[in-house]
Amino acid sequence: MVTVGTSRGYRVFQAVNAVILTGVVAVTLYPFFNILARSFSEETFIRAGEVNLIPRGFNLTTYEIVASDPMFWRNYGNTVYYTVVATLVAIILTTCYAYVLSKKHLKGRTALIWIAVFTMIFSGGLIPNYVLVTSLGLRNSVWAIALPNAISVFNLLVMKAFFESLPRDLEEAAAIDGLNTYGILWRIVMPLSKAVVATMVLFYAVSFWNSWFSAFLYMNESELFPVTVYLRNFIAGATGVENAGAVAGELTQAAANIQSVTIVLTVIPILAVYPFVQRYFVSGVMLGAVKG
Amino acid sequence: MKAQDRTWRRALRRDWQLYTLAILPLLFFVIFRYAPMLGNIIAFRKFQPGGSIFGEEWVGLRYINMFLSDPTFWNVFTNTLVLGGLTLLFCFPLPIVLALLLNEIRTRRLKRFLQSVSYLPHFLSVVIVAALVMQMTAVDGPINQVLKSLGEQPVTFLQQPEWFRTIYVSSEVWQTVGWGTILYLAALTTIDEQLYEAARMDGASRWRQIWHVTLPGIRPTAVTLMILNIGTFMAVGFEKILLLYNPLTYPTGDVISTYLFRMGVLSSNFSYAAAIGLFEALVGLVLVVSANVISRRTVGTSLW
Repeated sequence: MVTVGTSRGYRVFQAVNAVILTGVVAVTLYPFFNILARSFSEETFIRAGEVNLIPRGFNLTTYEIVASDPMFWRNYGNTVYYTVVATLVAIILTTCYAYVLSKKHLKGRTALIWIAVFTMIFSGGLIPNYVLVTSLGLRNSVWAIALPNAISVFNLLVMKAFFESLPRDLEEAAAIDGLNTYGILWRIVMPLSKAVVATMVLFYAVSFWNSWFSAFLYMNESELFPVTVYLRNFIAGATGVENAGAVAGELTQAAANIQSVTIVLTVIPILAVYPFVQRYFVSGVMLGAVKG
Repeated sequence: MKAQDRTWRRALRRDWQLYTLAILPLLFFVIFRYAPMLGNIIAFRKFQPGGSIFGEEWVGLRYINMFLSDPTFWNVFTNTLVLGGLTLLFCFPLPIVLALLLNEIRTRRLKRFLQSVSYLPHFLSVVIVAALVMQMTAVDGPINQVLKSLGEQPVTFLQQPEWFRTIYVSSEVWQTVGWGTILYLAALTTIDEQLYEAARMDGASRWRQIWHVTLPGIRPTAVTLMILNIGTFMAVGFEKILLLYNPLTYPTGDVISTYLFRMGVLSSNFSYAAAIGLFEALVGLVLVVSANVISRRTVGTSLW
């Protein structure tokens, strides 16, 4: 019976498993290395389809072209700005509502929860939202990105579950000491919730950093685009190419190559923080799954 | 009635500060979630750009009849079902398989490395994923390099309608399968080790242990995720399709959400697009509610 774990069949399985998982890793990582190799390669080798994992005709020209495009940096700056503002708004609204929902004695709590949860299974849809944001005059401002996405119900439920798990006697003691609700939330609950707040900041920040569609819908001028829209205009073959080309005056190092460089430069911040933040995401998802 | 009033008054007196914290979030839900739901009324009313967001005058079922008799609508409807179905077919079971495989890795550091790598694509913007897809399928890209080395002609994959589904579903698999394992891996750790021991005592092989212990252990997770997946069935990766498709691939790539985007936002037929959007949202609601009911009746797990 003990031999089951080390039987021949099991060893074969382990070998097959190792092969499959190595394949998964290779397929997952391949596109990144391919893009990296292309971004350092010479256009002629790329055109000829000779760049795979190792750069051919190594050069930094394309990086210089993209880096010298003021629009690229401008849009990169917009991404940072939109992410900061939208995350701040989202975290404030989500924390407030999650704290209210975590109070089990509160009258009307069930209704307040359902108001949020119902929006998970039914939504107004693209057109009414578009009409609404436009008629509120939010176009071409950061609010068109921040306000319509201010609360993610999933994040809300994660935070609510966390607040519910906090010991209640601390808050009760603070109330007896004369602290009001806002004081309790700010001075007692928030310091205890640093981990979950950090997780929520990450959840929101990554989703705003990556988002492009709101900006694509509501921003009219290229000075207002985030870098994701800059990249999308490249792959859609729109304005970007002439811009970058005109700036550097080097049209030979054209589209495909510039695209690789833009991808690399956009992905770097995500890859740089990824190893440190990944476990927060995992724990956040777990927390959400318990209550979700 | 009187007693009700009194308890409300008492609740307000005691908890008014808590209620004030709920004001801004409630405003958000009312303005940006519930008002657009009501805004769907323009599916039955004539809408003028710049006018009221709830439309100007009733036109009854005009826009509904319009899309029901629109052949393009039925084409995008079919495409939505096919793409949604294929996505579900691959993106639902593959995370379970991958989680089971990862679970068999006994070296902890190796396991953590494999997990980190497989979660990575989840953190990328859909724009980046679309750009990667374009580079991979480009005429000078790796896939065509392989074809060339086999002596085949290069294929302009993104311009061929018959390739669109494969490309879309593959990119979905690439981006979502790793991240999809998280909840299964968590569920796997909660399975009682004694159940495995009991199964071994009864002489169950590894396969039988997986069949009789592991799979039942992750069933609640699987059912929940299935219901959630069915809920988003109609909304199939709208943003990714918008980035990847082009007029040449409309025959297979155009779905309800992209069609109504073109009709509404690009051609300003807001009422017509809203009618299609309302239809899409209602079908989605019916799907998720019935999936929930069915799973509650049959396997006893449900979302609510």
